[in-house]
Amino acid sequence: MFWDFQWTFEVLPDLLRGLGVTIQVTVVGYLIALILGLLIAIVRRIPIFGSVLHAVMEFIRTTPLIIQLVFVFLLAPSTVSGLTVGIIVIGVHYSAYTAEVYRSGIEGVAKGQWEAARALSLPGRRTWGAIVLPQAIRKVIPALGNYLIAMFKDTPLLLAIGVTELLTEAQRVGSASFRIVEAYTAVGLLFLLVSVPSAILIRRLERRYAAV
Amino acid sequence: MPPSDIPATEGPQGVGDGSKDQPLIVFDQVVKRFGDLTVLDHLDFSVAPGERVTLIGPSGSGKTTILRLLMTLEKVTEGCIWVGGEPYSHMRRGGHLTPAGEGYLRERRKRVGMVFQQFNLFPNMTVRQNIIEAPVHVLGTSKAEANARAVELLDMVGLGDKIDAHPTQLSGGQQQRVAIARALAMQPEILLLDEVTSALDPELVAGVLDVLREIAETTDITMLCVTHEMGFARDVSHRVLMFDQGQIAEEGTPEQIFGEPKEERTKSFLRSVLDNE
Repeated sequence: MFWDFQWTFEVLPDLLRGLGVTIQVTVVGYLIALILGLLIAIVRRIPIFGSVLHAVMEFIRTTPLIIQLVFVFLLAPSTVSGLTVGIIVIGVHYSAYTAEVYRSGIEGVAKGQWEAARALSLPGRRTWGAIVLPQAIRKVIPALGNYLIAMFKDTPLLLAIGVTELLTEAQRVGSASFRIVEAYTAVGLLFLLVSVPSAILIRRLERRYAAV
Repeated sequence: MPPSDIPATEGPQGVGDGSKDQPLIVFDQVVKRFGDLTVLDHLDFSVAPGERVTLIGPSGSGKTTILRLLMTLEKVTEGCIWVGGEPYSHMRRGGHLTPAGEGYLRERRKRVGMVFQQFNLFPNMTVRQNIIEAPVHVLGTSKAEANARAVELLDMVGLGDKIDAHPTQLSGGQQQRVAIARALAMQPEILLLDEVTSALDPELVAGVLDVLREIAETTDITMLCVTHEMGFARDVSHRVLMFDQGQIAEEGTPEQIFGEPKEERTKSFLRSVLDNE
């Protein structure tokens, strides 16, 4: 076995293109997960509707992401690209997790905070927007950050629905020239290149908001 | 169990007749149960405008529940609470009193302010934001006006220099004084004080009580106070209610209750409190 540096540099542009797609999926999917998860966490507090929603989210959490990807991709109209399906499915899938994170954060806000808001006659919008959510979200930033990295690492599953992200690209260039070791090593390094700084950034955020 | 409808519109005696001596707060046969536990048992009492009433009694006797009912943090199980001659726990609908809806309660409880044992300041806001939040977003006061009022109130509680601090940077006593300022910023007619010094280190109690004494002396705000600070109760209150098992065991002026209590329950309670001091 040998290592061909020159070949590795030659395919780097292809790999970087794949990385671009991976990052795109992660960023947009994560935004969906952050926003949808928050809405789910709030709506879940409504008695009956909330229980139904909880059951749906439980279903999403207990079935594999790859099956959800393939299932939705096959059902979706052919005009919808694999990339779009991938982003939406991964975003919704992770929103089932972020909703639980938000829920724990909301439940962690002291009862006295709700009571003080009520004693001041604050409308629900202010109670949620200015008091409960700022405190709840601050507490769950580390947990939310972990899901960003988990999601990033899950993007290669999009291979199953033909999205040319980083891993697919590596597989393509690697198998075309039989240099699988170089291709996959480069993929691993590129993933590290993104996830390590992200982890550091998350830890910084964590420290900044941990004060309160 | 939800509170039931009451087929009366006129309310208890002395309510709604428009007389000048009309009580501000009336508890009319109020029952509060938590599951099987009866915390308040057909309680009747009233408070005159401007009156300062201290509620004393062993823990679990229902004192705090009275304040929580007035703050609408709890709902009555039976009976009705009246404030200012109008139903408070209930609302009028078609000649009957039905349990008040959320919108009605939000409107009515603006006249009532509460200071909690655990302060309950909003830790994500500065002292200033804590104080102006409700005036701005509930009363619609302009930010400038609310700010000016916050400065005044903080000066009154002796924390003028802490306006831009966060609650976590303050001592318990300072936090509680901010909480008092926050409650007063809504200009309530009725101020509820729920064991406001119980969570404080002993050396911080005096500062908070001094602020409350000043409020008692300089305003005509009606105060209901649950406390174990008997000295404070004696100085500030017009009337003392001794609670036991969800009912009033004895009531009178501070001189009567602390000087020559009649009931054995009152005597033994006062003994146990004074022993601890």
